[in-house]
Amino acid sequence: MYEKNGEKYFVVDSHMHYWDASPENWVQGAEQYAKGWIECFHAYQSLGPAETHQPLEEFQKVSENQLMREVFDEGHVDVAIFQSTYLREWYKDGFNTSERNGELAKKHPDKFRVNTRFDPRDGDAGMREFEANVEKIQPLGAKLYTAEWNGDSRGFKLSDPECYRFLERAQELGIRNIHVHKGPTIWPLDKDAFDVSDVDHAATDFQGLNFIVEHVGLPRIEDFCFMATQEPNVYAGLSVVLGGLMHARPRFFAKVMGELLFWVGEDKMTFGSDYNIWEPKWQVEGLVDWQYPDSEEYADYPALGTNGKKKILGLNAAKLYDIPVPADCRITEGEGAQLVDEREVAQA
Amino acid sequence: MTVLSDARVAGSGGVNAAEAAAATGTAARVWEALRTVRDPELDSDVVSLDFVGSCSVSDDGVATVSLRLPTYFCAPNFAFLMVADAHDAVSATPGVTRADVTLADHFASDAINAGVAARAGFVGSMAGTEVGEAVAELDDLRRTFTERALMAGTDLVVRPLMRGGATPEDVAAMTLADAPDSDDLRRLRARRRELGIPAGDDDPLVVDPSGATVGVDALPLHLRKARSYQVGVDANTSICRGQLAARYGV
Repeated sequence: MYEKNGEKYFVVDSHMHYWDASPENWVQGAEQYAKGWIECFHAYQSLGPAETHQPLEEFQKVSENQLMREVFDEGHVDVAIFQSTYLREWYKDGFNTSERNGELAKKHPDKFRVNTRFDPRDGDAGMREFEANVEKIQPLGAKLYTAEWNGDSRGFKLSDPECYRFLERAQELGIRNIHVHKGPTIWPLDKDAFDVSDVDHAATDFQGLNFIVEHVGLPRIEDFCFMATQEPNVYAGLSVVLGGLMHARPRFFAKVMGELLFWVGEDKMTFGSDYNIWEPKWQVEGLVDWQYPDSEEYADYPALGTNGKKKILGLNAAKLYDIPVPADCRITEGEGAQLVDEREVAQA
Repeated sequence: MTVLSDARVAGSGGVNAAEAAAATGTAARVWEALRTVRDPELDSDVVSLDFVGSCSVSDDGVATVSLRLPTYFCAPNFAFLMVADAHDAVSATPGVTRADVTLADHFASDAINAGVAARAGFVGSMAGTEVGEAVAELDDLRRTFTERALMAGTDLVVRPLMRGGATPEDVAAMTLADAPDSDDLRRLRARRRELGIPAGDDDPLVVDPSGATVGVDALPLHLRKARSYQVGVDANTSICRGQLAARYGV
């Protein structure tokens, strides 16, 4: 919980990781990819405040104590949701698996939710692994990397028939939230991995699932916005938006926030720190303090008030994940997604 | 990292601009040629983006250019387009007898460099390589991003007019000659010509990516979307520049 000026913010970090990218975990023969991947992440960290930068060695694998301190003790987070990223082609035990995340969560069950994952290209064996994983960790969510390599394949789409099979099963098993990585490149070859139209199809066909588009489709923010505005069960996951822009490029950050608030709205935006790329502390504090720069350029973007910030920082995700919110952190004002009616769009 | 300037990032002068300005003779012409090579996603040229790691021309006219990108995993399709375009542009420069254009520090460097040198196309370059097969050439991808650049460029040209008091009725009736000349307007005309959309003085100022005129009723939403495209380009460029700075200290 974060308190400022008498206001209490319940914080759900809905997109974070506990990875092992140390050289001991690199797959022999794929070292260059394992190394390139974590160095790429490390460069992202440089977009945050200088005092939060870590040496590469520390960044590759943080300790349990460090994670608990930076996320909960210092980072104001009440509940954190682990998203997994397997990358088994490059990391022997996986990069950031639900098994590894689950072990830590078991020690602190009130502080974590662990999401599962699936890869439709893994077929029946993958389905059995997915079902077993769901039974074991009872997740409410799953994270999907549509651009991940798998054997000869260099990606899949949510709208693929094999994926629909998994989504149907996920829905049956009680999963509610599908987090989709639609963000900065992870090695798409010639598939257009940033295209969000597959999310559009799946969101229409699976009304019982919420689709949280992590990194809001960067580098296709506008395509994501135009889609999300028409799909009530599509959410904007703010990981990378806050970490990558709020400190390094405050004016562009303000414009991106303005676009998201206009097209998607504060009821459908969720905070995610992307830890351990960035610590939550400065992101939470920065968002609470944030306002548009004083310029005519931002005048026609929707305002973001205290209640809106409370929703984005925690209340929206708490709703998606059935996380109880202390009474003094709740708001009474109306909730629920509001669609932008294209015919009434304000003039630019 | 220092907080970067918040001026419009694309087109601002970096280390490459200074190197280009200091070059003479054939090398100066090679730098000029590189300015015609764009990152399609950011709608900005590789010199403005500091994507040129080194550029030199030997006494016998061999131009050696090394390109670099913000991350090891930048999309290989865009990377291939830039290396291939740079190879073509540098090869066509007067005084250059041979062009040796390569991409450094990228997971697909070997495949791209060999493919571009052999003029193999994207599919041919990737065939049989460790990084995987490609199924299509990149013409559609280039067109898609040029269409996006048209939308984003429309925002840059039209929003100042609206801020100056122009109404949707005014803008819908305007031709390209009615907008004040600017770098943004010249770039918008260039993107239109690349898409096969007329860009003469008497042609309408606002068109959609198919070239159709946008009527006054559809104009507010069209411009609202154009603005979203421009915000997207700026946000991506910010992140790419930040990554490049972290990687190469520029």
